[in-house]
Amino acid sequence: MEGLLNHCFWIPLFPLFAAALIAIFKNNRRKAASSLAILAIALSFIFSILLFLVYLRGHEEGHGTLRVLLHFPWFTSGGTPEVISFIVDPLTLMMLLVVTLVSLLVFIYSLGYMHEDPNSVRFFCFLSLFAASMLSLVISNHLLILFMCWELVGLCSYLLIGFWYEKPEAAEAAKKAFIVTRIGDIGFFIGLLLLYQKTGSLLLYGEGHPSLFSPEMLHLLKTHAVTVPFFGGILLTTLLGVLLFMGAMGKSAQFPLHVWLPDAMEGPTPVSALIHAATMVAAGVFLVARMFPLLDGTGAMTVISWTGGFTALFAATIAIAQFDIKRVLAYSTISQLGYMMMGLGLGGLVAGTFHLMTHAFFKALLFLGSGSVIHGCHGEQDMRKMGGLRKEMPVTFWTYLTGTLALAGIFPFSGFFSKDEILTEAFTKNRTLYGIGTLTAFLTAFYMFRQIFMVFLGKGRLHGHPHESPPTMLWPLRILAVLALVSGFVGTPFLFHNPFHHFIAADREGVAPSYLVMIVSTTVALSGILTAYLIYGRRAFIEDPLIPALKGFFRLLEKKYYMDELYQNTFVRAISSLASLFKTVDQVLIDGFLHLTGFASLTLSRFNQWIDNFFINGGFDKACAGIRGGGGKLGRLQTGRAQDYLLYASIGAMVSYLLFRLL
Amino acid sequence: MIPLSHFLTVSAVLFAIGLYGVLARKNAVIVLMGIEIMMNAANLNLIAFSRFLPANRLTGQLFALFGITIAAAEVAVGLALVIAIFRMVKTIEVDRIEKLKG
Repeated sequence: MEGLLNHCFWIPLFPLFAAALIAIFKNNRRKAASSLAILAIALSFIFSILLFLVYLRGHEEGHGTLRVLLHFPWFTSGGTPEVISFIVDPLTLMMLLVVTLVSLLVFIYSLGYMHEDPNSVRFFCFLSLFAASMLSLVISNHLLILFMCWELVGLCSYLLIGFWYEKPEAAEAAKKAFIVTRIGDIGFFIGLLLLYQKTGSLLLYGEGHPSLFSPEMLHLLKTHAVTVPFFGGILLTTLLGVLLFMGAMGKSAQFPLHVWLPDAMEGPTPVSALIHAATMVAAGVFLVARMFPLLDGTGAMTVISWTGGFTALFAATIAIAQFDIKRVLAYSTISQLGYMMMGLGLGGLVAGTFHLMTHAFFKALLFLGSGSVIHGCHGEQDMRKMGGLRKEMPVTFWTYLTGTLALAGIFPFSGFFSKDEILTEAFTKNRTLYGIGTLTAFLTAFYMFRQIFMVFLGKGRLHGHPHESPPTMLWPLRILAVLALVSGFVGTPFLFHNPFHHFIAADREGVAPSYLVMIVSTTVALSGILTAYLIYGRRAFIEDPLIPALKGFFRLLEKKYYMDELYQNTFVRAISSLASLFKTVDQVLIDGFLHLTGFASLTLSRFNQWIDNFFINGGFDKACAGIRGGGGKLGRLQTGRAQDYLLYASIGAMVSYLLFRLL
Repeated sequence: MIPLSHFLTVSAVLFAIGLYGVLARKNAVIVLMGIEIMMNAANLNLIAFSRFLPANRLTGQLFALFGITIAAAEVAVGLALVIAIFRMVKTIEVDRIEKLKG
């Protein structure tokens, strides 16, 4: 069975084949396409579970962290052979399980949600391609391959946000997501180039191959100083860490590159759940976790933790003033990703990855739940027009409430354990960030229960009759609700001595659980819920009661601190002016020159044509006409009359005779 | 005794008359007659040379007899051809028969 670990590359191959097959399906084979996609991802899921079980057996026998590496020759560059390399280690396995499980549930959910969409074949093709790229990303052991998959998931995200490209907002959002993440990816790519220049390798772990995480290489990287303009001499790893983190900032929507994620909600809701909440946006967090041996203990960690902390608070404040059900969740996702980054930046590898996992489950649940609400309300997304949906949509309500409690961090839901681990990490290492984290936890509980009160409780404000969703949509919700409830227990210090910690990082010292932190965060979360109840739960309302209370500040939050307008008026406008300048230069100078050369060659060829026609063709034609005319004249000699021929013969004989006599 | 040159002159005049008949007349029968005249001019030559050459043998006169015989056969074949052509193109005027034109 251990041989199974050497076949990990099959996991992304199943959905990849499915995507390739579906791509050639006709548009009306909707059932076949969805079945194939679900079958492929189910196979990947089963394979991942098997891999996990096999790995666990090998893990117990060995000491430390077991890493299974797979090398395939790729190409040789400058004398050094490059390999395609895959890795199976705890981080990979955790991601494999989360991604395949959430993907499977979202695929099944899409069956119901995309039921009426005429283009669902294309949808399942893209979804499968996304799953394949994401799974390749997590098993890759080579940074270049990781980067390729990184771009592939970005592409799938673009395709899926713009799935309803007839809507101009969706097309705009897709472009925005692609371009904004690309800005971060430039940093990532420069980081890769720098890394390759300094070390000559992009392999993470290697047996016998030069690799980045070998002790010698890490020592070399961490002692090497470089000079950066305006910053002076800093450690190479710090610079590398910041560059790599730029990629993670784009993908995981960290401030100031967060602007694309809320707009990405223009895509179909299953996409929001799978890509823009549970898996792809977690790729940035995964990258930081993956590069942890390199980043650990460098100055980049400070950048990561503060960016994360600021993003967490920043996004949480925006979330309290949004009215679109999916946008609230989008800002909540940004906020929670900030939390994970903060945890990782503080050195809490386990805390960050643990929150990644629990968040994937409960945020997927919340998004799918919101999809169910939107589906049931005939496409309505404005929370002000909902209310009282608890009676009509009981399953959606209860599962949604589970997800909300998990996100708010109420014991014993999963979010409680993972969030507390991050907060404990912050409490022991950086009190300012702890304060930010706790404030964010309060805001999180507040805005999520604001949503619950506005959507499910109170009086119905909806025009038309809401209805509960079909079973294909409800079952994924139920399963995810169970996961949101129980998945926290794998990482609790109270049961089995925190198996998640031992699994992910057996050799790392964890922070001791602090009851003080737990009590404080629970109190804070409960007070957030209470505040939400006091404002939204007690009486019916039409206008948001916060608006008169906060006045201008609410408007500032509702407009997301005018970040989009700021970018629009600075970067976008600057680049547009630059582009139009270049366009003018192009049209006047380059096109002018081009047209001139074009005109010159045209004239030259006209002249040539004239010479051709007049001299060469003329002479040739004349010669031909002469030959033809001569032939016609000679041809007249052949009359066909025997007498004429005889006459010629006689004349010939006489001429011969005369010649004979004269000469 | 009549000298040889007189015979040869008569023979040449006969040949020229025959050639004129062959080349200039339209009627195929007259063309055939022209051929006969040319043939007889040749026969006359043969007999004259046989008489005036020193070896005084009968070879030339015998050859003339053969020539007359062959001329008779030739006229038979020639007239048969003229009839066949007449059946095909309904004329015996030789300048109307242009089948040889390419």
